[in-house]
Amino acid sequence: MNTPPSALPSNLMALFPLILLAASAVVVMLAAAFYRHPRPVVMLTLTGLVLSFASLFLSQGLGSRQVTALLVLDHYALFFIGLILAATFVVAVLCYRYFGGGESRHEALYILLLLAALGGGVLVASSHFASFLLGVELLSISLFALIAYPRFRELPLEAGIKYLILAGFSSGLLLFGMALVYAQLGTMQFAKIGTMLAAPDEALELYGMAGLALIVTGVGFKLALVPFHMWTPDVYEGAPAPIAAFIATVSKGAMLVLMLRYFLVAGAYQSQPITLALSLVAVMTILIGNVLALLQDNVKRILAYSSIAQLGYLLVGFLAYGGLAIEAVAYYLTAYFVTMLGAFGVITVLSAGLNDGSDGLAERDSDRLADYAGLFWHRPWLAGIFTAMLLSLAGIPLTMGFIGKFYILTAGVKASLWIPVIAVVVGSTIGLYYYLRIIAALFAHDAKVGFVPEAKFAGTISLAESVTLATLTLLLIALGIYPTLLIQLLETTVVHLAGVPEFFALAGLVTGV
Amino acid sequence: MILSALIFILVAGGLLSWMADRWHRGSAKWVALATVGIELVLTIWLWLQSAGAMAFPAHGGWLAETRSEWIPRFGVSFHLAMDGISLLLVVLTAFLGVVSVACSWTEIQERAGFFYFNLLWTLAGAVGVFLAVDLFLFFFFWELMLVPMYFMIAIWGHEKRQYASIKFFIFAEGSGLLMLVAILALVFVHYRSTGVLTFDYFELLNTPMSPSTELWIMLGFFIAFAVKAPIVPFHTWLPDAHTEAPTAGSVILAGVLLKTGAYGLLRFVVPLFPEAAGYFAPVAMSLGAAGVVYGALLAFAQTDFKRLVAYTSVSHLGFVVLGIFAWNPWSLGGAAMQMIAHGISTGALFVIAGILQERTHTRDMHRFGGLWGVMPRLAAMGLFFAIAALGLPGMGNFVGEFLVLLGLSRVSSVLASVAAAAFVASVVYALALVQKVFYGENTHGWQLNDLSGREMATLYSMAAIALWLGLYPQPVLDAAPGIANGPPAIAVAHQEGNAE
Repeated sequence: MNTPPSALPSNLMALFPLILLAASAVVVMLAAAFYRHPRPVVMLTLTGLVLSFASLFLSQGLGSRQVTALLVLDHYALFFIGLILAATFVVAVLCYRYFGGGESRHEALYILLLLAALGGGVLVASSHFASFLLGVELLSISLFALIAYPRFRELPLEAGIKYLILAGFSSGLLLFGMALVYAQLGTMQFAKIGTMLAAPDEALELYGMAGLALIVTGVGFKLALVPFHMWTPDVYEGAPAPIAAFIATVSKGAMLVLMLRYFLVAGAYQSQPITLALSLVAVMTILIGNVLALLQDNVKRILAYSSIAQLGYLLVGFLAYGGLAIEAVAYYLTAYFVTMLGAFGVITVLSAGLNDGSDGLAERDSDRLADYAGLFWHRPWLAGIFTAMLLSLAGIPLTMGFIGKFYILTAGVKASLWIPVIAVVVGSTIGLYYYLRIIAALFAHDAKVGFVPEAKFAGTISLAESVTLATLTLLLIALGIYPTLLIQLLETTVVHLAGVPEFFALAGLVTGV
Repeated sequence: MILSALIFILVAGGLLSWMADRWHRGSAKWVALATVGIELVLTIWLWLQSAGAMAFPAHGGWLAETRSEWIPRFGVSFHLAMDGISLLLVVLTAFLGVVSVACSWTEIQERAGFFYFNLLWTLAGAVGVFLAVDLFLFFFFWELMLVPMYFMIAIWGHEKRQYASIKFFIFAEGSGLLMLVAILALVFVHYRSTGVLTFDYFELLNTPMSPSTELWIMLGFFIAFAVKAPIVPFHTWLPDAHTEAPTAGSVILAGVLLKTGAYGLLRFVVPLFPEAAGYFAPVAMSLGAAGVVYGALLAFAQTDFKRLVAYTSVSHLGFVVLGIFAWNPWSLGGAAMQMIAHGISTGALFVIAGILQERTHTRDMHRFGGLWGVMPRLAAMGLFFAIAALGLPGMGNFVGEFLVLLGLSRVSSVLASVAAAAFVASVVYALALVQKVFYGENTHGWQLNDLSGREMATLYSMAAIALWLGLYPQPVLDAAPGIANGPPAIAVAHQEGNAE
């Protein structure tokens, strides 16, 4: 794209959120090099995130803007960058006490976290295969290190290696897929691919089709859609709880958002076989994710399978394509972010983390179901928050999860995706069972066991943690009762994807209901 | 305005009693009693107010309405309206609310604040269901009342509470989601033909649909209501939930929650899908008749007091389903009557079961016997409500069942005779209950306190209402004008469809 010189400052301004994010990673690294103490580092990290978030409003004023061929900062991208920044903020807060607070040297963690967030931000704004790959790699490479950060413990190391191998593999698939698409069409820009495919007798040939299938497979690994889901429970179980929250939200969310943009802008939604395959994947993801969650006794593993199923629900909204699909995915994703962060937040708060006084390391997070027996009667607020999060995952009214599920079903019914919609209904019904199992454990009052002796719990929650969890819960309930606040934002701005070809609007796909 | 107040009083009262228990132990029940008391006074006042209005059928049947925007994106509004049948059911809900607070008075000692919170929120959800005329809002309340009910069973229930509560929740929620899909399908069918996206009941009435679409969408609604009502193949959650719930939970389940299912059939299934409902009516009525007989037979086979009563509910609600799908003035009046009368008589039987369990710690009827000599007042009440349940003339249940049979015989004399045969079975189970528990020798040597003043007040007032319903049913039949005194025009088409 030929950018006139005069547009440079405003292009830079549009890019401000990402620039600030990158800059804060550098600043945090330098700060950590000169003064090794986690407190100023975490403060700098949080400040960087807040500044970057604030600059979103600056970029928003500029309208949607293509910055080089690689990135497009439209409202869609800005909304999801905001979501990623907020989620990273929450994860950073949760990490502090978990990783030992002021007593331990865990400054590098925050650098990695900022870089991972940057990767996510690049992903949701990318409009070109190159930025797509850059974002994916930035995100995954930071995540290897984050997962294996407690390197003296066995489970995180194992999880880190697992994630490394699978992420490497899926990046390979992605690259190969991109190459094949390029081989047919000779361009790497989403919008150009879209325009070319929109031409009357142009369609993906065998090459391009195989490429698209490979890209979908690569993304499927990252999203843990069903035939590619095996890594998820192990990684979630092994990873430190706040990092698991980050994988569940930022990493998966950014990937899905990119995928939706690719499908709509690059015209992949026109490909019948891919859509059919994705419907099949959605149905399988929902059913298998929910069924396998029934067999677990570990809360982190239950949440892992639950997040697989949730991604299946999201995929149903995704497959509706068009404006309503963007809204549904955006709303559900927001609800999913809030809920997963809240749920993993409670686990984090209850886990000793690396804070244990005696030997410096706790064996594991408090992730057994038995750890939660009767929690409501000891720590009602914490258990109440956890219950709210679980009910939201189950899609019960008064929570965002309910409105989210409503949105997904609405999009599905509107697009007449009957089989996936029925799968959502069946899956949610199965899912109730394992959410209720956790809730029943929280409220169990005849449990003699109480807390399992070997699980050591941090005595108090830090103020920052309680404020964060309370905010998440309030958000969950407020947007569950009065969702219009968020819906207006989505409806007026987010649905307008930059670079959607003209025919698209004509086909009635973008216009909402 | 007053309609929102009916819901928010309960919501606020629930929160307040939870808080109150933290400030001062033992105060929760007083707060809860005050809340349901205010609610009852308010609903009775509404009834008296509207008695004049209801005398004129020209009123259209709607007594009060309130509406405000909620989610304009989807055409969802906070729209409540009250007609005769919803008024009756709200009065019933408020009355049973008082009963259930009274019968938990000494039973619930542990974590009383949270208990009354759940109790009041269940009632709030039920009142919302009876008043909502926006389909999204209806679904919202429909789901909302499940969660506190789940907690009531899961925390304060009896031995198998985990199993029963999870089964209850999964049945209700699964069928509810199916209904949500059906609601959405209806909304989009309406959107495609008119270009207006709305969840409003009144706008969705008379949506033109192809017959097969109508049948499918109707089935989605029907299954959700059939699970709740319960209609026979979908009833298996009910005996477990009723048996394991604490007394107040059983009273609310039987008295109020089952009625939401029947109410849904009456308010939504038939009016929204008149053609399909007419087409489907023979099936629904057969299921209803099967429920009447099957429930009565199984009730006879039970040895657990509460389980027996639970199966009688299946039988009684079968009459309601018959009455609704026969869809003529007599059967509908009978269905409305049966709903109210069943709420009172079954509620009272659960209260009696609760009183017995609180004193003896068992529900096994083999371990009772000869209680008449020990607690004559309770035994007299037990006999009274057992014969009320079997439908003795002079009680509300008789009026309901008689009217249903009268209406039904004009539609299908075969089903009417099958249902009438269940009268015999109901005599058998009711008398068996009385015989096993109250008559005979006191072989187990029970030494129990008879009813306390609080318990007497509860049961006597329920007995008085049962008698009033039986001896002077006209106020109830008047209160459902659009239904009892002249079914809407769609009924005509419906009956023609049946005649073919």
